[in-house]
Amino acid sequence: MLDSALRKDRLPQAPGVGYKPQHFAQILENPGAVSWLEIHAENYMGDGGRPIAQLRHLAERFPVSVHGVGLSIGGEGGLDADHLGRLKRLIGWLEPASFSEHLAWSSHDSAFLNDLLPLPYTAATLNCVSDHVDEVQDALGRRMLLENPSSYLAFVDSTWSETDFLAEVARRTGCGLLLDVNNVFVSATNLELDPVAYIESFALDLVGEIHLGGHAEDADDHGAPLLIDSHGHPVADPVWDLYSRVIARCGARPTLIEWDNDVPDWDILAAEADRAAMILAGAPA
Amino acid sequence: MTPDQALLHRSIVDPAAPRPDGMIDSAGRPAGRRFDVYRNNVTVSLIEALETAFPVLRKLVGDENFRHLARAFLRRHPPSSPLMLFYGDAMPDFLSGFAPTGQLGYLPDVARLELAMRISYHAADAVPLARSRLEALAPEALWSTHLTLAPSVLVIRSRWPLHAIWRYNVEVGAPRPKPAAEDVIVLRPDYDPVPHCLGPGAATFVDALRAGRTFGEAHDAATDDAPAFDLSATLTLLLAGGAITGIGALP
Repeated sequence: MLDSALRKDRLPQAPGVGYKPQHFAQILENPGAVSWLEIHAENYMGDGGRPIAQLRHLAERFPVSVHGVGLSIGGEGGLDADHLGRLKRLIGWLEPASFSEHLAWSSHDSAFLNDLLPLPYTAATLNCVSDHVDEVQDALGRRMLLENPSSYLAFVDSTWSETDFLAEVARRTGCGLLLDVNNVFVSATNLELDPVAYIESFALDLVGEIHLGGHAEDADDHGAPLLIDSHGHPVADPVWDLYSRVIARCGARPTLIEWDNDVPDWDILAAEADRAAMILAGAPA
Repeated sequence: MTPDQALLHRSIVDPAAPRPDGMIDSAGRPAGRRFDVYRNNVTVSLIEALETAFPVLRKLVGDENFRHLARAFLRRHPPSSPLMLFYGDAMPDFLSGFAPTGQLGYLPDVARLELAMRISYHAADAVPLARSRLEALAPEALWSTHLTLAPSVLVIRSRWPLHAIWRYNVEVGAPRPKPAAEDVIVLRPDYDPVPHCLGPGAATFVDALRAGRTFGEAHDAATDDAPAFDLSATLTLLLAGGAITGIGALP
């Protein structure tokens, strides 16, 4: 506790949770294993009021990770300068321990789609994503983490594997990676890939944060399983198993429990964090 | 070939559009329903954002009707920014031209009020002025001074009983709205915006202060508008709601 109380400039190798305002009082009274918090950047871009006041208060006690969901780093067009400016303002006053975004796009021209949309992995998209990551890191004056997406389909034109693509973006830009283990499981199931092989080919030394979340189950036109990254359920057992493998390979990493929809009571969320803490406790030094 | 993002965008927001080529499952078959996951995510997430943003509107038209209304709205007014805090700001104008709810003429004003509450919620913080600062001024000094209002203060003028409609839908046991025109002011004494019904002329008084006119000018404008304007009651409401944050020359 002393360590995390003193160091707000980096995430501890311990569990954190996605912050939901309904948990404000309980997080402060009874954090349990929860040692840091993550917020969605876009929810804290107002000028004031309760959201900002709560965040200021929590940031005095916990390291905070800012997770963007609107930069559209995988967009074909240029980054939204206004949005980058808003992000810079938030990061400027909050001075969070970490900033991360997604390998996805969500805006086209001036329209925002409010979802993380997929892109093919090609020489052209590699250049585009790398340029955008450079631009973000330059604007914010800090290193960012780039997160692997959940995939429901593949692009005929992709010439890079996702893990190689992410590693190459990181090599070109110096960014770190955010490994979402639920996304790995969802994508592997949906595209009939081996999740363990995915983990083994992932640049684990660049992982600055891990995400664990729940998914929903559906089926495609042919009756094949189609998992949906819903963030509305407990972390599934095979995802915990995969997480254990990751930790066994790369050691303890800051690990977030993500639960954004049908948000449960604090005790349930804290129990998920406890489960992550047990696995982290067994990590190789 | 990979569809460009312009085509993907059009295909995602228009469920009647054909699914683009170039996307497959693991066996190389067309993506089919897999592509629909994105269509569904976009539509459902925006409907949910509107449900959260307009709870009273939703209550007034019912859940099922609200979903239809929200679907029509998001097709016509998709978000134009990743900043979703204020998504739905086109709702009042949209409702003014939305035939299925045309007979409920007060809906646009209800949407205006719910938007105002949201804007107030996220507005910058400001330290309220103590009542004693106002009382310490000699009458002539008060008359020629300017008052600064908190950014969280918003006024909506309505020809409907807007405050009564809002109350009736959020407060158990509130009286049924009776035909009346009501001006509403949203005040945020701490972090929770609260709408209050304004007496005659008070909206003019507040708007004049906000426009940078002196206390005396604002008073005269309010009295011209409504001879029954109650200055004392209006000031009491504003002070209690933390609405006045500065006194003297405008910044």
